[in-house]
Amino acid sequence: MKKELGILILLIVLCVVVSAINPNFLLAINLQNLARQIGAFGIFSIGLGLVIITGGIELSVGSMMALLGVLLSMMLTEWKFGVVIAVLACFAVAMFLTLIHGLLITRVNMQPFIVTLCGLLFYRGLARFITKDETKGFGTVGGLDFLRFLANGNLFGVPMPFVLLILISIVTWVVLHRSIYGRYLFATGRNPEAARYAGINTRTIITFAYMIAGALTAMSGIIFAFYTNSVSPANHGNAYELYGIAAAVLGGCSLRGGEGSVLGIIIGAALLQVLRNLVNLLGIPSSLDFAVMGAVILLGVMADQILSERRNRRQVVVMRESLGADMRAPNPLAADHSGGTGSEPPA
Amino acid sequence: MTPVLEMSAISKRFPGVVALEQVNLEVNSAEIVALIGENGAGKSTLMKILGGVIQQDAGSIRLDGEQIEIHSPREASARRIEFIHQELSVLDNLDVGANILLRREPTKGGWLKLIDRDKLYREADALLAKLGLDISSRTPLVRLSLAQQQLVEIARAISAGARILIMDEPTSSLTLTETRRLLEIVKDLKAHDVSIIYISHRLHEIEEIGDRAVVLRDGRNVGELKRSEINHDRMVRMMVGRDLKDFFKSASGSGGKKNGQDWFAVRRLRTTRYPNHLVSFGVGRGEVLGLAGLVGAGRSEVARAIFGVDATAESDISLAGKPLHVESPQDAIKEGIYLVPEDRRTSGLIVDFTVRENVSLPGLDRYATAGLINSAKERAVAKQACQSINIKASSPEMKTANLSGGNQQKVVLAKWLTLSPKVLIFDEPTRGIDVGAKSEIYALIRKLAGEGVSIIAISSEMEEALGISDRLAVMHEGRIAGTLNRDQFTEEAIMRLATGGLRE
Repeated sequence: MKKELGILILLIVLCVVVSAINPNFLLAINLQNLARQIGAFGIFSIGLGLVIITGGIELSVGSMMALLGVLLSMMLTEWKFGVVIAVLACFAVAMFLTLIHGLLITRVNMQPFIVTLCGLLFYRGLARFITKDETKGFGTVGGLDFLRFLANGNLFGVPMPFVLLILISIVTWVVLHRSIYGRYLFATGRNPEAARYAGINTRTIITFAYMIAGALTAMSGIIFAFYTNSVSPANHGNAYELYGIAAAVLGGCSLRGGEGSVLGIIIGAALLQVLRNLVNLLGIPSSLDFAVMGAVILLGVMADQILSERRNRRQVVVMRESLGADMRAPNPLAADHSGGTGSEPPA
Repeated sequence: MTPVLEMSAISKRFPGVVALEQVNLEVNSAEIVALIGENGAGKSTLMKILGGVIQQDAGSIRLDGEQIEIHSPREASARRIEFIHQELSVLDNLDVGANILLRREPTKGGWLKLIDRDKLYREADALLAKLGLDISSRTPLVRLSLAQQQLVEIARAISAGARILIMDEPTSSLTLTETRRLLEIVKDLKAHDVSIIYISHRLHEIEEIGDRAVVLRDGRNVGELKRSEINHDRMVRMMVGRDLKDFFKSASGSGGKKNGQDWFAVRRLRTTRYPNHLVSFGVGRGEVLGLAGLVGAGRSEVARAIFGVDATAESDISLAGKPLHVESPQDAIKEGIYLVPEDRRTSGLIVDFTVRENVSLPGLDRYATAGLINSAKERAVAKQACQSINIKASSPEMKTANLSGGNQQKVVLAKWLTLSPKVLIFDEPTRGIDVGAKSEIYALIRKLAGEGVSIIAISSEMEEALGISDRLAVMHEGRIAGTLNRDQFTEEAIMRLATGGLRE
């Protein structure tokens, strides 16, 4: 909770400062827009967060959205699929691809960074190839009202992507913090060896996390496709994975794995969108928006690191004072073994 | 003649433990001194002091009669004392020459300090030839066998001008022929005026090359054997030879051999680490089978193979007559076979988790409906487990990282006790925990055996192995060298089997 609190304060301070400088921040239309962005970006960020909790990473999100976007357009406009089938196919493709990621990572023992980096390149290339690099739209196909509503509509004034984000967050929160799967996920991320010794099938747990990320990427992908209403295979979703990673890290997920919360990720995602909004509203040249984001993330994570180290040091002191000798005393046997007088070859 | 090296009255304490107490060691010029003792006797601590890795609390070191202080491995090296560790410290991304002359590379080009590669390889080749090694110094290290890599390490020490060479278990991963070769080289070094301190558990090597054997036990000198006195049995007797504490007597000896010794039967087990050896043994219901042996004899590998953590080359295991197919810890857990691993902080626990989360982890599905954890039930089970085996934590919500070693070990145990074990394997059940918690754990092991659990206990502490076991299987280099019944329990008998001697 401490971790989320820090970034929540940062978010609030930022909002107060921006609205003080430019009251337009508080205009309903601006807030609505902001919420829509937060929703669309937040949904896949949650998926990325789960992957990061396993100690992995998923870099192919943006490219996958481009691929799913053009596929959705082609299925609806060129291949005349039914809307439901097309949407289900999007989810199926995303989950299939991330299943492959998970299997390569857990069965072939490849590094997540490499597997998903190749995904990033491959899906982008594939999207451009199947469209012959042409931008795809949805033309005059009927029956898309509901999908358009999901991306552009409001429910009692609240943008639908934000509503969806809240719903998905609640479900993920329960899964992560109340279910067996969530406990296993944290255990696997924290200490895969001990998790295995406790009988957890860490491979399945990890693979499943990638597949959840895939499903949430599909969800976000559909929203983005109808939000932009045209999908340019070369640019759609570019660098979105970085927004997701940044949101997760800002929200307290450790890239070492085993740490993070749904609430943190959402606040992280919101903070990033507020920063983009701030660049607009404060008249900062938009060419600087990445620089602003980079600086804020760096400072935020740095502050968190420094504070938590200070906290840990205090804890260690308390521990030393309260514990008996056995914790502090290096065991002479253990010392002997680690020094290697025994005949134990390196493990 | 003054000895080259005199370590006198060296003492070293770690908080709460005396690792070395007034230990003396002398080494003469061109002498091979064997340093022997059980695991934990203090050999390694003494050598770490000489090698500058740690400092003594009291005592002095004299080199050629001059008193010196060694604060770091670098200073030791400057005094021409070289330490060849058991774990190879060669860099396998470089070639042989680069390894031999690491940090002493010949340079050219003035301030540019470019490496003079021709000179480097010439010097290295000359040295290899001198050691009788038939490899080019341009060979990448990865292409060499372990034995050859070890020789490269020796070459590095010689090229650094070593006059005192510390060799810690140099043959532990070598084959017989490679060992022969190494021993020849060691003798040859002696002829070149190098003094050698040789640590090994393989006593026949010491019979072969030792000029003198210095024996340590419990951090003290217990004696010395001259060349003519060195033989297997004498060494063993000096290394052990101490009374068992009464401490175990009360705890041990229910002698339960209910349903024979094959209730849990490991008939053919081939670990991937020692694929040439078949391991077979049986444990009765309520019996405690100790697995003794030197560190590295393959006991942990057997435990991990049974529990399904490591893949096996072959395995035929049955419980109560029913053959088991264990390919993962999940499979073992389903059958009621649990492991309390050697390293609780990396394998036994998730130290950032609370006591409750650790205790409930393997049986989580029992406290859940439709995949959601029933936290009230989970808390109750954890609390009950804490109370039943007396875990001293302020609450089950305490992080396990903040518990003492003994209490952490109890958490690992509590985790399995909630799942009613049939077979419980302990790998070093009391390593690094204090005396009070130790006796509680012994009592628990006894109690579980009394309830009919089959127990396999791996222990490197002689007293512990003798104290808690109903029967002892002694392992040596991947195989079971022999099994002892309670009436045959002596430290000498174990040591003889563990060091590769024959059973009487």
